[in-house]
Amino acid sequence: MGELKEKTLLTGNEAIAEAAIKAGCRYFFGYPITPQNKIPEYFSKRLPEVGGVYLQAESEVAAINMVFGAAGAGARVMTSSSSPGISLMQEGLSYIAAAELPCVIVNIMRGGPGLGGIQPAQSDYFQATKGGGHGDYHLLVLAPSSVQEAADLTMHAFDLADKYRNPVMILGDGYIGQMMEPMIFREKKDKVSIDKSWALTGAKGRLRNLIRTCYLDPKELEQHNLNIHNKYKAMKKTEQLAETLETDADIIIVAFGTVARISKTAIKILQSKGLKVGLIRPITLFPFPSSEISTMANDDKRFIVIEMNMGQMVEDVIIGAGGKSEVHFYGRTGGVVPTCEEIVRVVQKIAKMES
Amino acid sequence: MGIIFQRPSSMFPVHTHYCAGCGHGIVNRLLAEVIDELEIREQVIGTAPVGCAVFLYNYLNCDMFEVAHGRGPAVMTGFKRVHPDLVAFTYQGDGDLASIGMAEVIHAAARGENITVIFINNAVFGMTGGQMAPTTLPGQKTTTTPQGRTCKIYGHPIRVCELLSTLEGAAYIVRSAVNKPQNVIKTKKAIKKAFEVQMKGLGFSMVEVLSQCPTGWRMSPIESTRFVEEEMIPYYPLGEFKQPKV
Repeated sequence: MGELKEKTLLTGNEAIAEAAIKAGCRYFFGYPITPQNKIPEYFSKRLPEVGGVYLQAESEVAAINMVFGAAGAGARVMTSSSSPGISLMQEGLSYIAAAELPCVIVNIMRGGPGLGGIQPAQSDYFQATKGGGHGDYHLLVLAPSSVQEAADLTMHAFDLADKYRNPVMILGDGYIGQMMEPMIFREKKDKVSIDKSWALTGAKGRLRNLIRTCYLDPKELEQHNLNIHNKYKAMKKTEQLAETLETDADIIIVAFGTVARISKTAIKILQSKGLKVGLIRPITLFPFPSSEISTMANDDKRFIVIEMNMGQMVEDVIIGAGGKSEVHFYGRTGGVVPTCEEIVRVVQKIAKMES
Repeated sequence: MGIIFQRPSSMFPVHTHYCAGCGHGIVNRLLAEVIDELEIREQVIGTAPVGCAVFLYNYLNCDMFEVAHGRGPAVMTGFKRVHPDLVAFTYQGDGDLASIGMAEVIHAAARGENITVIFINNAVFGMTGGQMAPTTLPGQKTTTTPQGRTCKIYGHPIRVCELLSTLEGAAYIVRSAVNKPQNVIKTKKAIKKAFEVQMKGLGFSMVEVLSQCPTGWRMSPIESTRFVEEEMIPYYPLGEFKQPKV
């Protein structure tokens, strides 16, 4: 593929992989699973060209631990998978978050639970945003809704990971991964300064470094938890991202990723029928852009949360609304993607309901 | 009179937490002696396991990871791919390596990852209080095999050296013990050779060490060294199973 500087047609999966390379990622460890196989395939071709390493692990359990090792070595490193594979990585993610290692994980979600299916879904929202593995921790979670944004957020993810020494997840779905769109790789202007003095590189000319997660003294472990929670507080303060449209409307759709995109078309159709509807599209799912919801919430507003699951992000919207606004939910699941017409009907029905 | 015996400089001047008669302390020291002799303290990176040796990093003065149970070989795979010129070792017990982490060690060996695995086989889960391990001997009593390990019910012990030595990527595979001075000396030689194999870039190396666990076995330290000699070595024969092709 070579260097891509002009507008080009790429799938979301390819855009994510190339964006990672442009962000300085030189190590990828993963295990194939549909619908994200284009990511490892792309890396297997490109990484050797740029002096990096692509390695197919024996399992997702091993892959995430290889990421742990490469991140601890001070490198920019990534893995990708889809829902069942991400479940297998949860142990490693808990350790990575506890050890405060920067890395990027891509979850191109498919329908679950269990083996589920291979069609697009958003049913890993809870797993991604609430921790996922054992213990008190969070990933930073970014949800693209286009191929362009998948690339932009992947580059952003590496900077966020280094800034907070925290794992960052790109949470896409099968549509974002497999859809092909014109896009361009944008240079990031604000380069973060990266301190990796904590990395394991051999204790030459310095005290030895240690990467660990075991604190047997309860007070010491509590302090460790408080330290990492201070990072989450800082993320909540400075990293919330959301796209908003027509926020003065009485009805606001809240949706992320692919569903937000379908909702935008539905909003245009509703507008042509004389119904004004707004949109909040959370881009960071953790930290959730609660302030967008809470500043908008009042007696006259109704939020309609639409997701490709049985109701997960809706809980964060309810918390954000703080009882000041009605919160409705509509979901399709199992790989069924809601259509524009379906969303139009849902909004029309709720608009007719008495408050 | 000159100094004839002292603490290796790669070892912190602290007491270990190991039980009296435990083999871990001996192997920790041997590791430090080898690191000193090869002058690699500033190039070596190790992993401490989940298990009795979790605090290995309190004793060895080098860069270290403490890793999830069984995942050392995967972590070191990632590490070594970033820093191929540094020297990487994992330190793992039998629950860590032969039970929960079997996939990771087999595939690291199959890939010929240029790392060294120190595998402590004491036939029991030590830290959790003496439960059955994959290497528990037939008939051996543990807290979860109170009548002795019945192979018909609990399956058979795993001989890891024999298993890994069938793999092309495994360069040096050796089993030794630390139950008597002659074996301790042989174990040190094996650890040194394993590191040298890695430093020459020859591929995966593993030293399995039969180690006594008096507490887990409910024996005195003396009885436990005899148990290694009379029960373990006949089942797990000592020696080099695979030598690097030169």
